Amino acid sequence: MSETEGGAPAHGAHGAHEDHAPEGFWRKYIFSVDHKMIGIQYGITALIFLFFGFILMLLMRWQLAYPGEANPLLALVAGDGAEFFPGGKITDGFYNQLGAMHGTIMVFMGVVPLAVGAFGNYFVPLQIGAIDMAFPRLNMASYWSFFVGGVIMLASFFAEGGAAQAGWTAYPPLSEITPAKGQIMWLLGMVFLITSSLLGSINFVVTIIQLRAPGLTYMRMPFFVWAQLVTAFLLLLAFPPLEAAGFMQLSDKVFGSSFFLPSGLVVSSEQLGNSGGGSAILWQHLFWFLAHPEVYVLILPAMGIVAEVIANNTRKPLFGYKSLVYSLIFLGFMSFIVWAHHMFMTGMGEQVAAFFQTTTMIISIPSVVILTALFLSLWGGSIRFTTPMLFALGFLPMFGIGGLTGLPLGLTITDIPLHDTYYVIGHFHYVVAPGTLLGLFAGIYYWFPKMTGRKLNDVLGKIHFWGTFVCMNGVFWPMLHQGMSGVSRRLFDGGESYAHAQDVLWLNKVMSHSAFALFVFQLFFVVNFLWSYFAGKKVEENPWEATTLEWAAPTPPIPHGNFETVPTVYRGPYEYSVPGQERDFVPQDQAELA
Amino acid sequence: MEIPYTVDLRPDTRLTNPKLGIWLFLASEVMLFGALFSTYIFLRVANAEWGPHPDAKLNVWLGMINTFVLIASSVTMVMCWATLKMNQFKDFKRNLLYTVVLALTFMVIKSFEYGGKFSHDIFPSTSTFYATYFLMTGLHGIHVVGGVVVLVYFLGPGKKMWETEPEKFTNRIEVTGLYWHFVDLVWIFLFPTFYLLS
Repeated sequence: MSETEGGAPAHGAHGAHEDHAPEGFWRKYIFSVDHKMIGIQYGITALIFLFFGFILMLLMRWQLAYPGEANPLLALVAGDGAEFFPGGKITDGFYNQLGAMHGTIMVFMGVVPLAVGAFGNYFVPLQIGAIDMAFPRLNMASYWSFFVGGVIMLASFFAEGGAAQAGWTAYPPLSEITPAKGQIMWLLGMVFLITSSLLGSINFVVTIIQLRAPGLTYMRMPFFVWAQLVTAFLLLLAFPPLEAAGFMQLSDKVFGSSFFLPSGLVVSSEQLGNSGGGSAILWQHLFWFLAHPEVYVLILPAMGIVAEVIANNTRKPLFGYKSLVYSLIFLGFMSFIVWAHHMFMTGMGEQVAAFFQTTTMIISIPSVVILTALFLSLWGGSIRFTTPMLFALGFLPMFGIGGLTGLPLGLTITDIPLHDTYYVIGHFHYVVAPGTLLGLFAGIYYWFPKMTGRKLNDVLGKIHFWGTFVCMNGVFWPMLHQGMSGVSRRLFDGGESYAHAQDVLWLNKVMSHSAFALFVFQLFFVVNFLWSYFAGKKVEENPWEATTLEWAAPTPPIPHGNFETVPTVYRGPYEYSVPGQERDFVPQDQAELA
Repeated sequence: MEIPYTVDLRPDTRLTNPKLGIWLFLASEVMLFGALFSTYIFLRVANAEWGPHPDAKLNVWLGMINTFVLIASSVTMVMCWATLKMNQFKDFKRNLLYTVVLALTFMVIKSFEYGGKFSHDIFPSTSTFYATYFLMTGLHGIHVVGGVVVLVYFLGPGKKMWETEPEKFTNRIEVTGLYWHFVDLVWIFLFPTFYLLS
């Protein structure tokens, strides 16, 4: 991808390992086993999926702001005979596809592959001073399994009856009685995506435990590596139950079994001819057993990135590194026993509800510890307001709002009135969009120089940040307000059921126009990314004057090997502003203090 | 450059990469089958009419024979590793062949059982009991077939590694063995769950 790799045999550092024959195009760019190339593959694919999922959301927002009106852009491509949007008017069935696929694409094909697949793959080996991941070929298989899963998901829009329409949660019985073949493709796609993340997570754990450079003890690991380690364990242990559930739903749809269909189910005034004896609640349990830890899979890598960027730009050590690490581990454990707080509406017993309310309140404690420690890290620092730092600073209050708005949803008494409203959409988007995505953007701006040898443009980056920050709040803040006024989520057009909420419906236009503006500001990022890749300002190996090991590698790191010599680690990850030193940072591989 | 600790132990963790990797994989497998066994419990306690059709009960004898077939294959699998450790490559090949034959015997018996059910018009759609039975034993069967593919690979092209990197080859057999014992263990749970407790 970069200049030096383009002329591989000429690279001076290759002298150290001449046994490497120059690789052909296919081995180098397509079926590469180098963790950096796989990371880039993951990153580009995930960014494209994110952009696609974003466009699906824009179509939904059009329908919500202008119900039943033809979208002028869709009208350009669609004739009156178009199945899903005749003459540019979005049909109710198509709206359901947009909702289900937006969620699926953003979570499973966008954010996680970018956070774990791209950043994890590229920077975990570098930050621990390893030459590659522990199992390079497994790594390649993981990417290609992800890719196949993604293609199946996209292709499902062209299946008979369209893509999945039962939400990203695919709740039965709805998902099972829908005739659309897209639901079957959704399940097949999920099997590939789950396989991909299982292969990936095994690889991450083994790499971090086995391939740490000499001297890199656990308590000297950068917080980002810790976040990836806990994330990998969550993926490893939480995904298999969803895989099992996916097989069961597939069996229900293909073989006509009744895992999730109760006896005597009546659909459209007719009794289904199935054997019955199943339970729809069972799917919800298996789904949320994955999907709650998945929330932490989405957020932890972003927290890791933010911690790196904050330490680097405040020029001082992270506040409470050890308590951050312990909170992270505790968070990981707790995330396995809170899942049923997504299911208070299913009529579970009071004791069960009490248990899950308690664990939910407990899990908020380590999250608050982490956020507080990151805030306190700012205290007394001489902050460099670089572009990555702006995104990291934006992450903090946004994740705070996301977390705090979640507390009322963790208690039955407030969850029951709020559960089916836009409040829930607002809450979790605050965690994932202005939260995680800002964190991931911080990572892109922070690490782009290491990956390409060039910096992203600062002016375009700052426009991107402020535009994104303001517009995202314009999209999600009104949702909280609408939700508390009782506007239901998921609806194509509320119609008469919104009679009680007339005075907040105007906010739909505010949100939709914020979303359209958000799109425009993302174009600044796209232009910046492409332009800086070819013509950005060239930088040295360590442009941010950072301490962690990835900056000790050449820029970009050597293909198949990363470092000139394997580094030895002598100190903790964030030794900034050590008194008496000439420079205000001491890299982890510096043996002696000056 | 070689990735470290593919063959040697890392001094502080005292593990090789593949050994740790296979244990993590088995942990995820425990979660997979754990979810399926939980499903079994969940559906059974919620269902008054649980159990097989009186005319098409599961054949306890066939199930029991299969249990012993798989246990025997686990024994021969251990022998594969032990003979390699003792440098007896010929005995290794014989034991590996036994393991493959036993695994195939298991699959043949299983397919007779499935065929018997199908001929009585019993499918996953018949009842939730059969759906659970077919899904769980089917998924286990896929694991057996996957194991056979790996074993046959070591019987054929994979065995060349013994001449160049005997230690690495022995480790591979050990890791394969761990997987194989796990598959065996799953069956030891499946047999009483479906054949004896229905």
